[in-house]
Amino acid sequence: MKTTITGEYIKEMLSKGLREDGRKFFDYRPISITKGNLPQAEGSAEVNIGNTKVIAGVKVSVGSPMPDKPDEGNLITGAELLPLASEEFDIGPPSPEAIELARVVDRGIRAAGVIDLKKLFIEEEKVWDTFVDIYVLNYDGNLFDASTLAATTALLSARMPRYENEEVIREGNLGKLPTANIVTSSTFATMANKLILDPSGNEELFMDARITIATDESNVRAMQKGLSGGFTANEVEQLIDLAIEKSKNLRQEIKKTIGE
Amino acid sequence: MAKSEKPELMVNGKRLDGRMSGDLRHVRIESGVLKNAAGSAYVEWGNNKILAAVYGPREALPKHTSDPEKAVIKCRYQMAPFSSLEEHGRTGPNRRAIEISKVTKEVFENVIIRENFPGSEISIFVEVLQSDGGTRAAGITAAAVALAGSGIPMTDIPYAVSIGKIGEHIVIDLNKIEDNYSDADVPIAISPRQDKILLLQMDGNMSKEEVSKALSMAKESGKIITKLQTDALKAPYLKISEKYKNGAPSMPQQPQEQQPQQPK
Repeated sequence: MKTTITGEYIKEMLSKGLREDGRKFFDYRPISITKGNLPQAEGSAEVNIGNTKVIAGVKVSVGSPMPDKPDEGNLITGAELLPLASEEFDIGPPSPEAIELARVVDRGIRAAGVIDLKKLFIEEEKVWDTFVDIYVLNYDGNLFDASTLAATTALLSARMPRYENEEVIREGNLGKLPTANIVTSSTFATMANKLILDPSGNEELFMDARITIATDESNVRAMQKGLSGGFTANEVEQLIDLAIEKSKNLRQEIKKTIGE
Repeated sequence: MAKSEKPELMVNGKRLDGRMSGDLRHVRIESGVLKNAAGSAYVEWGNNKILAAVYGPREALPKHTSDPEKAVIKCRYQMAPFSSLEEHGRTGPNRRAIEISKVTKEVFENVIIRENFPGSEISIFVEVLQSDGGTRAAGITAAAVALAGSGIPMTDIPYAVSIGKIGEHIVIDLNKIEDNYSDADVPIAISPRQDKILLLQMDGNMSKEEVSKALSMAKESGKIITKLQTDALKAPYLKISEKYKNGAPSMPQQPQEQQPQQPK
């Protein structure tokens, strides 16, 4: 709950170089990733970052190509801030926050070429649609990084259905969804003129600005700055270095989960 | 998936997955799985994977939905778009989900002691993460555990199960494929202490005798389901008592009395 006392407490600790939960400014909370929790979906993954819990489910179906890309499959990303995840989330159509979350995750996956969309062509006017749905089950800050981890892991471990005689075959001996890269993101917040990584739910209540930097091994693939505060160009440069540095460990966690 | 020919659902009294007519699928219930909710439960019921969570009692909003004499119960049941083995589903509740939300809400309106919380709402959320037939029954069973775990006073912990008819056989707990091709489907929710039926739906073709057999089979299964529910509710506490079975932990030393800091 957003109370003045929590805000003052968090900011005063930051000014002393401390965080509420004892972390250093650029530490993640404990991260766990599991895959294949929902075997009826083509791919699935659950990610916990501290008390933030999200799952991602991947479904693959036959669809039609976009008019400007007739030889490519489609990636359709959705996110739901389920009302069971937080007192603050309401039922109803997707909130602007949920749509922003889905679009930022989508941009990272798309720009990094996590899915090889060219390989999702079936025949004239027929391609594979890849649906990635992010379900937020418990909110405690930093949904961007948790969702990108879950979506990437679910895609990298997804099965590829077969299309035979106008029928989609989803069971039995199937190959893997064609993937070509791994993307992860790191989200930073600024508050009381300090920069921190992986803001918790309480920290997010009082942050001035937020920036999510999605990278692969070497390059930036997507960014999103949020809220009314700002960053200097120097800060952005510093945070890009940090994001690429942090991505090593995140990528390792994904590889460990998918068994590479 | 294209609807193919009706499979033989029962061969020599055995069902496709090897169960006999009175066998439930494997059911596992875990209570208290989500940190933010007042109460929550995760149920694996065969291939169904369902999360239920409860928020409240809290101020009923929008205001006009509140009741000055008792709490209002709100319920949303929803299936995840990736929950089935088949096509990607549409996001958000459809007409089926809205009906299930309504009948689920009515089950809990019966057992929650609503007079204790005038002007407030109690919200029940049921999310079907993976579906394989009988999700409303599993959802009600899960929501009952979430509610009981939240400490909201109830007169009873209801459970639900679906009974079906395959040819001449009355069978318990239809899975998806049985549900698709069965001759009747009867989801039932019961409050065991009151011995009242709180949810009853049916479609298909059954004689009166078959309906009464279905009702008695539902009650029979209740002994198993109720035990799973109460065991799940006790589990987190048993873990704590196991941890401290050799006596209470020594209390941390009380710090010396500190002078409250004066604001400067």
